[in-house]
Amino acid sequence: MVTSDTVFSRLEPGSQAASRGLSDIAIRNLFIIPTIAFLIIFNIFPLLYSLAYSFTDFRASTNAPANFVGLQNYRDLLGDEFIWRNFTITAKYVILSVSGQVIVGFGLAMLLNRQIPLKGLITTLLLLPMMLSMAVVGLFWKLLYDPSFGIINYALGLGKFEWLADPDVALYAVAIVDIWMWSPFVMLLSLAGLSAVPKHLYEAAEIDRASSLYTFFRITLPLVAPILMIAIIFRTMEAFKTFDHAYILSSQPTTELIAIRLYKMAFLEWQTGMSSAFAYIVLIMVVAITNIYVKYLNKVKAR
Amino acid sequence: MKHSIRSLLAGAALIALTPATAVAEDLVIFWAEWDPANFLQELVNEYEAETGVSVTVETTPWADFQTKAFTEFNARGSAYDMIVGDSQWLGAASEGGHYVDLTEFFAEHNVAEIMAPATVKYYAEYPGNSGKFWAVPAEGDAVGWSYRKDWFEDPAEMEAFKAKYGYDLAPPETWAQLLDIAEFFHRPDENRYGVAIYTDNSYDAMVMGVENAIFSYGGELGDFETYKVDGILNSEANVNALNDYKKLYSYTPPGWAKTFFVENNQAITEGLAAMSMNYFAFFPALLNESTNPHAANTGFFANPAGPTGAQHAALGGQGISIVSYSENQEEAFKFLEWFIRDDVQKRWAELGGYTAHAATLESEEFRNATPYNEAFYQTMFKVKDFWAVPEFAELLTAANQRLYPFIVGDEGTAKETLDALAADWEETFKKYGRLQ
Repeated sequence: MVTSDTVFSRLEPGSQAASRGLSDIAIRNLFIIPTIAFLIIFNIFPLLYSLAYSFTDFRASTNAPANFVGLQNYRDLLGDEFIWRNFTITAKYVILSVSGQVIVGFGLAMLLNRQIPLKGLITTLLLLPMMLSMAVVGLFWKLLYDPSFGIINYALGLGKFEWLADPDVALYAVAIVDIWMWSPFVMLLSLAGLSAVPKHLYEAAEIDRASSLYTFFRITLPLVAPILMIAIIFRTMEAFKTFDHAYILSSQPTTELIAIRLYKMAFLEWQTGMSSAFAYIVLIMVVAITNIYVKYLNKVKAR
Repeated sequence: MKHSIRSLLAGAALIALTPATAVAEDLVIFWAEWDPANFLQELVNEYEAETGVSVTVETTPWADFQTKAFTEFNARGSAYDMIVGDSQWLGAASEGGHYVDLTEFFAEHNVAEIMAPATVKYYAEYPGNSGKFWAVPAEGDAVGWSYRKDWFEDPAEMEAFKAKYGYDLAPPETWAQLLDIAEFFHRPDENRYGVAIYTDNSYDAMVMGVENAIFSYGGELGDFETYKVDGILNSEANVNALNDYKKLYSYTPPGWAKTFFVENNQAITEGLAAMSMNYFAFFPALLNESTNPHAANTGFFANPAGPTGAQHAALGGQGISIVSYSENQEEAFKFLEWFIRDDVQKRWAELGGYTAHAATLESEEFRNATPYNEAFYQTMFKVKDFWAVPEFAELLTAANQRLYPFIVGDEGTAKETLDALAADWEETFKKYGRLQ
């Protein structure tokens, strides 16, 4: 056990800290206060400042003062048909992308949980996509999807199939890229969960001649579920904020996610007040969805 | 010891003062990262040789040019003394107090007469017809066209074209001919396509493309003085123009759904399309054999006339403005005085800059200097532009949201699209108190 005595004993005799005789509280404060100050300056203050802006007609591109408009920005946003379309597209994208990542990621984890040759190398290679920059991934997949020279159409024998130019297909194409990039993340967490499942449970199931499906649904899934839920929470929050590769890949109105619309509103149109309100609506939605997940996670853990 | 401390202090004082003096004389011009910015740096090096004042052209990629410029404006930063800004920014930058009023400078130096009238109107004046000027036309630009001369001059193609359409195959003089030629060369089985047009709706690309059609069809975006849009934007001429732009989209290469200047030049360099729309500023790359294997066979023409004979083109390019927060405004005015000199404008054109200087543009020397200069000269006296009001980006967003689904997604009709867009724009103008 580390006590203040052991801490002091590690200090260089005669050093300034030792001569000042810093207490535990002083050392704790020395670490905590800068962090708290950093958080207040760079997180809390802008958060509150933008909340105040969300009730004004402020435009950062002009020198005009901000006028208080009450809930007008929120009313305008929630009554805008295009904003609702952005929300619908984002919801569809989140469902497609996260469910795809869970299926692919968990499937890969199940495969890698067995004894296979070159397991370490395969795992490392599978992790590579999530180490790439999202902007690079966007540019890279734009070439892969190209109807004239893209390798995807060539490999699948799809001729000149238009992945990104077809408004009905473009969102799926963007989601496929996200699934390709982030399934390894789900795989990694699932692998950690799978390796923690006690082996004796499987042995007992085998003795009882339980089917593999029964074993999966009664042993594997319930025990991996808490860690899988954490992966789903992270990926849902990230999918909600998707911007980079979706912006690079497609200009289709059918792929305009809320983050893209928010960026345009804030930094191309300079509607600072309105975009602050928009950001708060998104924040509330993400917090609400995350809460639902967390409640479910706690339920799973309690079981 | 005392002596060395004194020397040390003197040295420190010298170091502290030297950059301060240099900073006071240095000028920084902010622009987007592209070839014309490099040409401008070459030009301003000559200003330094002449005056001893160094000028740096600082650049940033196009994608964050506007964001970076306005972030600096909003912070009232003095990092840039001058900025070569887009014509659409005039309203936001002048009403926001970010640009220095150049009206007196214009009167004193006759700038409105020196530069091509259309460029003064769109690069410099805000509000429209107000006689107030905020920028000196610097890089003239407009949307023009490149084409494959070898395809057009192939005897077999010429014969087949004449047999089908009843007139000679040549660079189009009208939009009707443009559509015929695009249709004629559209042969997906041969991996050969009719035309490359702008379809990217992230910012202003697709809108500029549609403007090319609208302006040549005799249409307008609205009344720039009263801000009335309904009845003007959704006029019959504009409906026809939009329908024909959509028709052109059907003759583009596959996947042509997010295309701007890079892709449109690629359509020529990769031998994909017979004709390609692009800003003149991107044409030099098409004459370079190392970037375009078809350089020797690439020709250029101005945006064709519409059904009424009207011939216009969408404006690109930028004017140079003095930033209100610059600490070197006096020096910046001296630079502008130098920049508008006849010999400097001639040199600017020689270096590769697209001058808006009327006398230089009209000179035989300029018009024959490159294969596209003649088309550029013709175009620069016929350009028209988008709204330059501070809320121009909101108008662009609405245009992108309405036009793209019609052109690329085949949703609704041209009339429905323009009716909806007219309503959106009028709502925006009402929101900002410009329209009752």
